[in-house]
Order: sequence, then C-alpha cells, then structure tokens
Amino acid sequence: MLDFFRQPWPWYVAGPLIGLTVPALLLLGNKTLGISSSLRHICAACVPAGLPFLRYDWRAQAWNLWFALGIVLGGFVGYRVLGHPATVAISPATVHDLRTQLHLTDFTGLLPRELFALDNLANWRGWVFMGLGGFLVGFGTRYAGGCTSGHAISGLANLQWVSLVAVVGFFAGGLLMTWLIYPLLLG
Amino acid sequence: MKNLKYLVLGTLFGIILTKSEVVSWFRIQEMFRFQAFHMYGIIGSAVAVGLVAIQLIKRYRLKSIDGEAIKLTDKKFSPGVWIGGLLFGLGWALTGACPGPMFAQLGSGIPAAIVLILAALAGTWTYSALRERLP
Repeated sequence: MLDFFRQPWPWYVAGPLIGLTVPALLLLGNKTLGISSSLRHICAACVPAGLPFLRYDWRAQAWNLWFALGIVLGGFVGYRVLGHPATVAISPATVHDLRTQLHLTDFTGLLPRELFALDNLANWRGWVFMGLGGFLVGFGTRYAGGCTSGHAISGLANLQWVSLVAVVGFFAGGLLMTWLIYPLLLG
Repeated sequence: MKNLKYLVLGTLFGIILTKSEVVSWFRIQEMFRFQAFHMYGIIGSAVAVGLVAIQLIKRYRLKSIDGEAIKLTDKKFSPGVWIGGLLFGLGWALTGACPGPMFAQLGSGIPAAIVLILAALAGTWTYSALRERLP
C-alpha cells in the first residue's frame, strides 16, 4: 500500500482525484476551482499601486491563497516525504527528441537543469525559460481569465464554451512554442 | 479557522499534481509532442469526473455544507480569452508549468520555482496595469 503512494501515480488515479476537487470545493465552501487568481490576490495584497484591477477586497478571496499555500505543502509532501524516482519516466520518443532536437543531456529531476538551474540566469536561457516563460503564464492566465484549473478543468466541467476557446488557445500556444520556437531557441 | 479546509484540499491537490508528475517540464513536453497519453488521460478524466459531479449537483440542487445554494458563474467572453490563452500556452510550454504546478514545485524544493512565481506575479501585475489599453 505504502509502495503505491511512493511510486508515480497513473493518470486514471490522478485525473479522477483532480476532477473530484471541483465538487469538493463547491460542496465544502461554494468555491470554484481556479489557481491563477491567487497571483492577482498576491499582487493586490503586496503591490496594488493604485491600479483599479488590483483595488478590491482580496481578503474576501483569502480561501484561494490558503488553497495555493496547500499546494506548496502538497508539493513538499508529494516529492520529499512520499519520495520520487530520480527521473520522470517519459516516453523514449520524447527523450530521443529532447536529446537530438534540443540537445538536452540531463534528464534527472522534474525540470531539466540545463534550462532551469539558477545559474542559467547569467545568460539568456534562464531569462527566457524562467523569466519570460513565467511572465507569459502570469500575464496570459489573467488576460484569459483562468489557467488549466479554472478553464480546462472547472470551466470545461461546467460546459463553458468560453473555456473551450481558452483551452484551444492554451494548446495552440503550447504547440507553437514546442514545434516552431523551441527549435529556434535550442536547435 | 474557516480556511483550514482549503489548506487541506490544496495540500491534497498538490500531492496529486506532484505524484502524477504533472509538475514536470518533461511531462508537458511529452504532451505537446503527442508522445504519451498520460497528460491527456489526466485532463480528460478530471473533466469527465468534474462534469458528472456538477450535473449531479445541479440535478439534485445540492447545497454547500453551510446550506447555501451552489453558485456556478458563467465565464464571460472577451478577445482576451484567446489572446491571453495563446500567450499562456507559450509560457506553459516554456516553463512546463501552469500556476498550480509552480506552487507545488516551490514546495518540492526546486529553486527555479521562486523565479517562475515572481515572473508570473510580474506578468499578472503588468496585465493589471495595461488592462484598459488591451483589446
């Protein structure tokens, strides 16, 4: 039993559990699952700078920040306490592509060190992958009104066609980056 | 301590994201290269379970534990939905992380997560500042 918790979980365990978070939040607190809003609340709490979009009662949305803090704790428990394999068991085809097309050699950890080790901030790589990438996530999710949780999971589960448009946008952007821009950056 | 339940649910959510490796850049690359079913299975089954649950909540008019009627608000359309969606998609493939996984990565002790979260906050703040001038 404990072994199951230690190994990576298959999709048919993780997916339904993520899906159950939607009714759990609704029934326990009448809240709609969505994580990117927490970024807005942090901005409103720390640097509102008189901007109308950041002038609201973020304390009334504090539940979202507690949920985000929980995810931090969950990351610690899931990775450090329950343990993890040295490498993520991705498909051999992906390993092959990343080796030959993007010239990555180190496949240990959750993120490739060659792009996400902090010393990459001494050159353009770190600023593009961590800086620009993170910026686009924060800018894009708020502009779109949600991220993978708010649009793809709870939006689609509530049959919101707006969320379907957003998800098509997410995938279009991701495919564009992976197939056209990655080869230019690392090819 | 009315927020404790959200902390607990968030913790469970973070454990699920981490144990299913949704928080890994490698898994997101594998998804965008269509080389495994893993991520599609997770997103697809999460939506399916959420959809059935919401239908049941609606059909039986279930109430929250505080006795309130469950409120489900409709998402509003604006050009930002697809422009912002596209920009987020570019960032998702670069970082291999959406906001939830960034928080989970922070907890798992990955230093890059600090930079990713600060950059995402800068992005959200910039959107807030430019909002009136965007389509």
